[in-house]
Amino acid sequence: MARTAIEFRNVSKQYANTSQYAVAGVNMRISEGSFITILGTSGSGKTTLLKMVNRIYEATSGEILYFGEHIHNLNLEEYRRKIGYVIQQVGLFPHMTVEENIGTIPQLLKWDTDTIAKRVDALLELVCLSPLDFKKRYPRQLSGGQQQRVGLARAMAADPGIMLMDEPFGAIDAITRQNLQEELIRIQRKLNKTILFVTHDVNEAFKLGEKVVIMHEGTIQQFDTPYGIITKPANGYVARLIETQDIVQRLKVLKAQSVMLPVDPQLSDCAFRVGTEESLHNILTYFLENDQKHVLVEDNRRGIVGKITWEQLKGSTRQGKVLSA
Amino acid sequence: MRKGNRMINESIAYLLLNIDKYYDAVIIHIEISLAAIAVSFMIAVPLGIWCSKNGRISYSVINAFTILRIIPSLAVLVLAMPILGTGFVPALFALTLLAIPPILINTYSGFRNIDPSVLECATGMGMNASRILVGIEIPLAMPLILTGLRTSAAEVIASATLASYIGAGGLGDFIFTGIGMNDVRIVLIGGMSVALLSVLTEISLAAVQHMVTKYQRD
Ligand SMILES: Nc1ncnc2c1ncn2[C@@H]1O[C@H](COP(=O)(O)OP(=O)(O)O)[C@@H](O)[C@H]1O
Ligand SMILES: [Mg+2]
Repeated sequence: MARTAIEFRNVSKQYANTSQYAVAGVNMRISEGSFITILGTSGSGKTTLLKMVNRIYEATSGEILYFGEHIHNLNLEEYRRKIGYVIQQVGLFPHMTVEENIGTIPQLLKWDTDTIAKRVDALLELVCLSPLDFKKRYPRQLSGGQQQRVGLARAMAADPGIMLMDEPFGAIDAITRQNLQEELIRIQRKLNKTILFVTHDVNEAFKLGEKVVIMHEGTIQQFDTPYGIITKPANGYVARLIETQDIVQRLKVLKAQSVMLPVDPQLSDCAFRVGTEESLHNILTYFLENDQKHVLVEDNRRGIVGKITWEQLKGSTRQGKVLSA
Repeated sequence: MRKGNRMINESIAYLLLNIDKYYDAVIIHIEISLAAIAVSFMIAVPLGIWCSKNGRISYSVINAFTILRIIPSLAVLVLAMPILGTGFVPALFALTLLAIPPILINTYSGFRNIDPSVLECATGMGMNASRILVGIEIPLAMPLILTGLRTSAAEVIASATLASYIGAGGLGDFIFTGIGMNDVRIVLIGGMSVALLSVLTEISLAAVQHMVTKYQRD
C-alpha cells in the first residue's frame, strides 16, 4: 500500500466578495507516486483546488494533510520547497539564465556550486534540452515549449516528491504538447513523483492520469481511473463530458492492463504480445491490419499477465458508449 | 566665427584667472546634486515600492508628488527660504522635491509591470517576501528605476544652478555673476560646465542601465 501523500478533508474555498464556493466540500486522498489529473471546464474550481495545496490560496474551511501532517503546522517556505510548481504562464525569471532559474531552490537550500551545476545539467538532460546549448540562455531566447521544459526542470530541482501542475501545456502547440505529455509520463514513471495535473482537455486528462478527478462547480463528480470513468460514469455530467471524446480517442486512453482477461501464465502460444501500457487503439489497429482476434499482454519482465480478445474490445467500447448515452 | 573663437579664448582666460573659485563652484554643484539625488532616491524607491503594493492609496501619493512637480523649482526655493533660511539646506530640499517624482513613478511602474506569474512561481517555490524583493522584484524593476534616476539627475544638475540664487553656491554663481555683469564669457563658463556635468552623468547612468538590461537583448 502506497502512503497517502495529500489528503483533502472536507475542503472548501470561498473567495472574498463572492456568493458561491469555488471549491465545495472536497474529500480526496492522493497516493504517493500516483499521477492524478484534475479535469473540468473553465471555472469549475481546478486551479483553486490545486493552489490550496501549496497555500497560494488558503482554504476557507476543511483541512489539507501532507503525509498526515496538517499543512498549516509546517513551515510554509520549507513545505513549498518540497512541492514542485508548474503553471501555464511558466513564470521563469526573465533576468536569470536557464541555469540560474533551475538553480534557484538548490541555492536557497545552500547546496554547493558543484552539486548545483551537476544537478542543472542532469535536469536539462531529463527534459531533453542540451545543457551546453541552453544553460546560458535567457528565457526570452527560448520557444514556448522550451520554456516550459525549463519550468519543469526548475520545479524538479530539489527533487520534490510532489508536483503541482496547472495546465502546463495549455499554451503550447499540439505537436510539442504531445511530446511534452509523453516526456512527462516517462519522467513520472522513472522518478515516481506524485503529480497533480490540472487540465480542461479531456484527452490530456485521460492520457496522463492514472486516475482522473472530474470537477464541476467546485465539487468532485468522479475520482476514478480513465477506464472506470469511461465504462461507469458516475452521473450525467460525467457522461456528457466524456461523450465529447469519440471512440478512437477512448481507445487511445484505455490501456491493455485495464481490460485484459486473466490467462494461465504457463500458456504461451505464439500470439502477438503487447505491454501492459499498450493502448487499445494500437491493439485494435493490430487486429484489423493482421486479421487477428487476440493478443497476449506481458509485463516488463516478459511474463504473460493477461490476454485481450476482439470480442472484448468491441465490448469495452460499446459498454462505454451505451453507458455514456 | 572668429568672434566666437575670441569669446571662447577670453572665457578660458577668465577661467584661468578664477580657477580656485571655479573648482569650488564645481565641487559644490556636484555635492548638492549628488546629495539631492541620493536623498530623493532613498525616499522615492521605498515609497514607490510601497505604493505598488498598496493599490488604493498609491494614486493619492503619486498625484501629490506630480502636483508638487508643477511648482517651479525657483518658487520652491523662494518659498523655503523663510523656513529653512539660505544656503545648502533649502537648496537641497527644493532639489530633492524636484527629483522624487520621476524616480517614484518609475519605481512604481517597474514593480507594477512585473509579470504576476513570475511572482507566483517564486512564492510557490518557497521564496519568502524579502528574498523575492531582493532577488526578483528589484532586479526586474531596476531598468525602469534607472530611467527615473536619469530623468531626475538631469533635472537636478540643471536646477542646481538656481541654488546659487539663495546663496548655496555652485556653477550658478558664474551664470548669475555673468548676467549681473552683462559678461557673456562668465555665463558661458557656467553654462558649459553644467552641460558637461549633465552629459557625463547621463553617459555613466546609461552605461549602468545598459548593464542591467543585458537579459533583454540577444
Ligand atoms: N482570485 C479570485 N477571486 C475571486 N474569485 C475567483 C478567484 N479565482 C477564481 N475565482 C472564481 O472561482 C471559481 C473557480 O475558479 P478556478 O479555480 O480558477 O477554476 P478553473 O481553474 O477550473 O478554471 C470561478 O468561478 C472563478 O471565477
Ligand atoms: Mg484554472
